[in-house]
Amino acid sequence: MKVIYKRPPVLTEAYFKYCGGCGHGIVNKLIAEIIEEKNWLEKTIIVWPIGCSVYADQYFNTDSICALHGRAPALGTGIKRALPENLVIVYQGDGDLVSEGFSEIMHSAIRGEKFSVVFINNAIYGMTGGQMAPTTLLDQKTTTSPYGRKEEESGAPVNMAELISQIKGCYYSERVAVNTPQNILATKRAIKKAFEYQMEGKGLSFVEVLSPCPTGWKMKPTKALEWLGAEMMKIYPLGVFKNPEVAK
Amino acid sequence: MGEKVFMQGNAALAESAIRAGCRFFFGYPITPSSELPEYYAAKAPQENLVFVQAETEVAAFNMIAGVASTGKRVMTGTSGPGFSLGMEAMSYMSAAGLPAVVVNVMRPGPADGDILAAQGDYFQAVKGGGHGDYNIIVLAPYSVQETADLTVKAFELAFKYRNPVVILSDAMLAKMMESLELPERITPNENYDWTMTGAKGRKHNVITTCGDGPIQWENYNLALQKKYKKIADNEQRWESYQVEDAEIIMVAFGSVARIALGAMKKARAEGMKVGIIRPITLWPFPQKAFVGLDQQDFFVTELNAGQMVEDVKLSVKDKERVSFYGRMGGMTPTPNELYEKLCELYRK
Repeated sequence: MKVIYKRPPVLTEAYFKYCGGCGHGIVNKLIAEIIEEKNWLEKTIIVWPIGCSVYADQYFNTDSICALHGRAPALGTGIKRALPENLVIVYQGDGDLVSEGFSEIMHSAIRGEKFSVVFINNAIYGMTGGQMAPTTLLDQKTTTSPYGRKEEESGAPVNMAELISQIKGCYYSERVAVNTPQNILATKRAIKKAFEYQMEGKGLSFVEVLSPCPTGWKMKPTKALEWLGAEMMKIYPLGVFKNPEVAK
Repeated sequence: MGEKVFMQGNAALAESAIRAGCRFFFGYPITPSSELPEYYAAKAPQENLVFVQAETEVAAFNMIAGVASTGKRVMTGTSGPGFSLGMEAMSYMSAAGLPAVVVNVMRPGPADGDILAAQGDYFQAVKGGGHGDYNIIVLAPYSVQETADLTVKAFELAFKYRNPVVILSDAMLAKMMESLELPERITPNENYDWTMTGAKGRKHNVITTCGDGPIQWENYNLALQKKYKKIADNEQRWESYQVEDAEIIMVAFGSVARIALGAMKKARAEGMKVGIIRPITLWPFPQKAFVGLDQQDFFVTELNAGQMVEDVKLSVKDKERVSFYGRMGGMTPTPNELYEKLCELYRK
């Protein structure tokens, strides 16, 4: 019998601690599959953030280091500069990347750091219990925007994939989503491209993943997928914003 | 023997770090430490160095954490406000066991302050500065020669204990030029079993400072404390000058110790029995230097309102015997000024 689906050996036997319906587990698995397919386990170092993926070091058989909140790109800068031949993956959520570590990610792009960033955008702070993020949609209710996010108080949602694509040192920027099987496959293709560009020595490769957070959004998982497709995608359109193939 | 040169403190520090095999420097310019990044930037091509001018000290301190996690020698240098920005990462590197070297060229605070010599960051360096229970090994040179020697030592200690090390310099030491013998060039070991290098031919490594349960985290903390105890037992360093017959022992570190030496010489010439204890490690504080000195008076002098004096009081039997005189940094005492204070004490 031919095995067509299995747990990628890049993952450990540990159970994911993510909530039911969370997108992190899907993206973690895609990363593991890509490392497996490319046979890059021995050269991979993953920098994990503070956020819901804080325990992801337990799930991977790669070298893993967990950064301070927001500082993953700075840690990644040090590691990649020390080991330019290795695959350095910087994994961040929206509180980590867009808020606490906004300066670190933007300056990593400005310097054209040659690592890959997988950015999970779920429009909320998941780990701390559903507070407002810079990516929270207008009128979206969170525990720190209980009457809905108001633009005049908190500004509007930040479109990171578009924003970072404007920086010269960013080589590749794409926004994908993990709400449908087709989109999950497209996410895998995007992340794989990002890793390949890194191993070719290109500049910063950036993949923003729209990801459901049923617990934080206070929705059933199926409803969360619908909301992602209907509401989040209006503000955060999928697409390639810095396309090296076109740039050539 | 090493090469004899005439060099500025900051330049001698950077050159010594390069000779100690530190190929990586990440930093943000700030007076009076800017010669450190400038030296690395200038020497990068011919010495095969990696220099990155970070966007903030917050980033610089996390970049060095990244390099340290790969087992390579790395350093940053900063001053006052920049050191404060690095405190989050100092706490992180301590918990993560990342052996980076950090230079703080002290200037007068608080806040923006001024840019001349000061020692007001003693508490911040020695007592933590960041959150949580942790200790940094703190080395305090008092000459350009010792700056060079302790730079080499800093990397040895950092890797021996997998702990960050601070070289606590000040604007006077950093900017003065002196003749010195540079350390020999070495190629350090970079192969350790705990590093982030890719899981090749071994099980994967994990570095995390995230507690996974209260009991686990208490045990993690207790293991750290065990390490600190070992460092405190083994690594106290100091220099004593004429304490054998002394009735008054001055205690001073860094550039102030030079001024104290001038005051001591003058006092000795006048027949006063004065000695000096000069702490070289500020953490661990050299408590052993004070053992058996129960009949003497202690005169602590610093470029601050009195910080190390607290550690001196904890190191002696009778804290009533400890007195203090300080200037706030920027303004430094003259040898005569300290001599006058000694005379007042002597008359008591």
